[in-house]
Amino acid sequence: MNAKMMSAMLLTTTGLIATPALAEWKPAKPIEFVVMAGKGGGADKAVRYMQGIIAEEKLGPTVTPVNKAGGSGAVALNYMKGKKGDNHTIMFTLNSFYTTPLRQPKLGVNIETFTPIMRMAEDTFCLWVNKKRNDGKEIKTVDEFVAAAKAAGSKWIMAGTGKNSEDNLLTDFLNTAYGLKMKYVPYKGGGKVAKQLAGNNADSTVNNPSEQEGFYKAGATRPLACFTDKRLALFPDAPTFKEIGKDFVYYMQRTVVGAPGMSADAAKYYNTLFSKVFNSKKWQSYRTKKALQGDPLAGGKLMAYWKKERSVHEAMLKKMGAIK
Amino acid sequence: MTVRTAELLMALLMAAFSGYLMIKSAELPYGWIPDEGPGGGAWPFWLSAIMLICCGAMLVNWVRGTSAPSMSRERFFQPGVLRDSGSVAVALFLTIGVFEGLTLGGVPVLPALGAYVGIFLFMVFYVGILGRHSFMTTALFSIIVPVATFMFFELALKIILPKGMTEPFFLPIFKYFGLAGL
Amino acid sequence: MTEIFGLLMDGFGVALQPLNLALIVFGCAAGLFIGAMPGLGSVNGVAILLPLTYLVPPTGAIIFLAALYYGAMYGGAISSIMLGIPGASTAVATTFDGRPLAKKGLADKALTAAAVASFVGGTISVILFTLAAPPLAHVALVFGDPEEFALMMLAFATFVGLGGDDIAKTIFSICIGLVLAAVGFDTVSGEPRLVFFDITNFMDGIKFLVLAIGIYGIGEMLWTIEENRRAGGVSQLSEATVTWKRTVANIRGLLATWKTMLMGSVLGYFVGILPAAGATPGSLMAYGFAKQMSKEPDSFGKGNVEGVVAPEAANNAASTGSMLPMLTLGIPGSPTTAILLGGMVLWGLEPGPRLFTEQPEFVWGLIASLYAANVVALILNVAFIPLFIWVLKLPFTLLAPVIFVLCLVGGYAPNQSMYDVWLMLLFGVVGYLMRKLDYPLAPAVLAVVLGPLAERALRQSLLISGGEVSIFFTRAYSGPIMVVAIILLLLPLGLMLRRRLRGVQADSQ
Repeated sequence: MNAKMMSAMLLTTTGLIATPALAEWKPAKPIEFVVMAGKGGGADKAVRYMQGIIAEEKLGPTVTPVNKAGGSGAVALNYMKGKKGDNHTIMFTLNSFYTTPLRQPKLGVNIETFTPIMRMAEDTFCLWVNKKRNDGKEIKTVDEFVAAAKAAGSKWIMAGTGKNSEDNLLTDFLNTAYGLKMKYVPYKGGGKVAKQLAGNNADSTVNNPSEQEGFYKAGATRPLACFTDKRLALFPDAPTFKEIGKDFVYYMQRTVVGAPGMSADAAKYYNTLFSKVFNSKKWQSYRTKKALQGDPLAGGKLMAYWKKERSVHEAMLKKMGAIK
Repeated sequence: MTVRTAELLMALLMAAFSGYLMIKSAELPYGWIPDEGPGGGAWPFWLSAIMLICCGAMLVNWVRGTSAPSMSRERFFQPGVLRDSGSVAVALFLTIGVFEGLTLGGVPVLPALGAYVGIFLFMVFYVGILGRHSFMTTALFSIIVPVATFMFFELALKIILPKGMTEPFFLPIFKYFGLAGL
Repeated sequence: MTEIFGLLMDGFGVALQPLNLALIVFGCAAGLFIGAMPGLGSVNGVAILLPLTYLVPPTGAIIFLAALYYGAMYGGAISSIMLGIPGASTAVATTFDGRPLAKKGLADKALTAAAVASFVGGTISVILFTLAAPPLAHVALVFGDPEEFALMMLAFATFVGLGGDDIAKTIFSICIGLVLAAVGFDTVSGEPRLVFFDITNFMDGIKFLVLAIGIYGIGEMLWTIEENRRAGGVSQLSEATVTWKRTVANIRGLLATWKTMLMGSVLGYFVGILPAAGATPGSLMAYGFAKQMSKEPDSFGKGNVEGVVAPEAANNAASTGSMLPMLTLGIPGSPTTAILLGGMVLWGLEPGPRLFTEQPEFVWGLIASLYAANVVALILNVAFIPLFIWVLKLPFTLLAPVIFVLCLVGGYAPNQSMYDVWLMLLFGVVGYLMRKLDYPLAPAVLAVVLGPLAERALRQSLLISGGEVSIFFTRAYSGPIMVVAIILLLLPLGLMLRRRLRGVQADSQ
């Protein structure tokens, strides 16, 4: 790491308390906001929401979202790698930010070269079942779920968002922890997964609350337990896995990162911009509604968080046999 | 080159492409995986195999002379066609090339003049040289088209086109229209 | 019934407020323009203009975007007919007969047919939407992968009649489309696949629009240049005249196609409701059905008005249909509605089954605005016909470069990637050469659209069933659809065999 990057990090760490500098860097053209997922998904919705906040509250310049969906973020990461030193390109990332470079060393992406800007939230996961199953069985607790899934063996379908995705990691965890043989079927996008459960085409899912929200409120689906530290205010009746004896907590980061080698001044600018977005009323109410967790993290702290999460994911992928 | 020759060449080219697709698809399992159904490469592999069979059928048709192009002894490119469509295809290649510049095998071939210079030059070529329109018409179209493109795509729809080395000239425009930092 | 009527009247109260009415007009006009541009369709229009809608309240915003969606469905037909380039994937089928009509100098007839059929399709589907929302949404909800694959098979089966004369080249074209669609990542195993020459950009896959603009934009233009040379430099874009008398006669002539319009509207509406289907397969299926229903199937592809009416009625009906699962369940029925759904979240609404009860003003305002948008789009469209006829009269060497520029920028715009533009040029040139050798290219473009959906549905079904193929036939909904698909698939083959047999008999006599 060179001195320039060091100073960039120091600046961005203190960036939360914005201090007007003499010659502030400002974007000279519209900012390209790369989404690591397709249109209409959770990440895309969040980016367009932030775009709206920035425009409405006149916080910054024009933001143009660009979707680079292919290959669990591989396309987006490769694109960002090519934007080295670009001060007008930022990206909204998920946990595939760690897993995709680990699974595809060919990409040659080192996430430590990316510019940390701000973690806007951590999304949560819960275990979901349909309230009115085709076989008429009522599943209300994790114990009942385990019993039913055990009886069904590999006929039990767990729908998720992709091979080796967050959902797959959680399914593997459940299979190992409870001695199950659930079959994992990957779909394109969390919304589609949620629909499979509501239509009884899958037996269970590990959706984010926002993905199941509509079906949950309509009384179609039920959260059994959540992979969180504390119970979610949205689902007071669903325990955490910690409470029922399986210490497994898993979050999905929703973070803004800058292109590799972005100038320190630009990084500082984005840092200030997104802390304003974070503190806006709209973002706060969005967080509450979507049961989003996590404090804002920036600069060196964010980089440290990435390194920690990457090693956690590396261990999980190794255990699954997805990487060596 | 006659149409008959072109038909043979295209069928051979497509057969080679089908073969390449099969080899590429076979990088993933293309068989039936028990309890799972077809593997990741199966869909493209077997479809490419059908493509190859179709190419074989085309070659049979060519030998027997049972398809229209395989019987035609006409020239594949009528006189002047290559000059027209060919020059347009080359002009498109060059235009796309200058959007972000073009480097082939590490050697820079075309400079990154940006989309708007590219579009301007393409219009000058097409309207002025190929269409032999007057200087006024050429100038009018060559200027109006890039300007309208900029106004519609960048200002109205906020789609940013590559500008290469001409980018600095656009920054004041962005600032004027309030697209840059406040 | 009376309850629905009352709610609808309340909705009209919302939709006809001055601001909302202005938004409908502006949305329709913007949609017409965006839809008419080669490469940009309703998806791009809605996605691109979504950020602008924070200026108005949510009801106004969705009314504006729905009007734009509708307008784009009308507008897509304009470039399909006038230039032979589908303005959007939803208007591909409109080129099949719309283009030949324009070449015969009957562009005004095709445009009027498209506008009226769109209006009828839109109106019938909105009425169906209003009356039958809850039970139909329930049907769509229980649809799983086997049903989706059966539906894809049905779509493919209806396309079989579309092939050219050379069977080998037709099948080749279908397969190459399906394989090109498989480039990128295997969704089931997550492995990169068909990454040609290890160029990372291929991981992004090959998008429908790139192939479509390449073949229908660049390839078509190169072809037209050649045709012009052959005709001695005279433009192939024929004269067309618009007079009040002709328009009245055109509309009167359309009365005879009411059956096709009705079929297209109802079919489009139901296909639109199903997730993963949407307006493109809906319009293609309607075209296929119209051809099979017709007494003169051979006249299709050569300028039969019914070939314009069927897909245009269907694509508008499907755009309404795709809003049904979006509003009632929070599931998009098409890519465009997926973005609309994102917009609803942006405006602070909660899409899902409770929207109807919690936000009646929003839902019924939107439904009423669809009725209004239909009328507005029809008026704008008919009013603009002379303008688009005028475009025809420009010298080809002025029109062509503008279209080429639109193709280049249109190919770049959706993903902002130069790789797409290069691929588009490649597809254009190769497509042009293949077309000179009688390769039918439409099946390839269709296959690229449906390929990923079909493969995913097939493999997910087999994953669920543990490799048992019987899953497609034993389920309540997929079984009948699959059987119909197989019958349709074998029908042309049977007809061909019968014709051959008769031919043999005739020879031997």
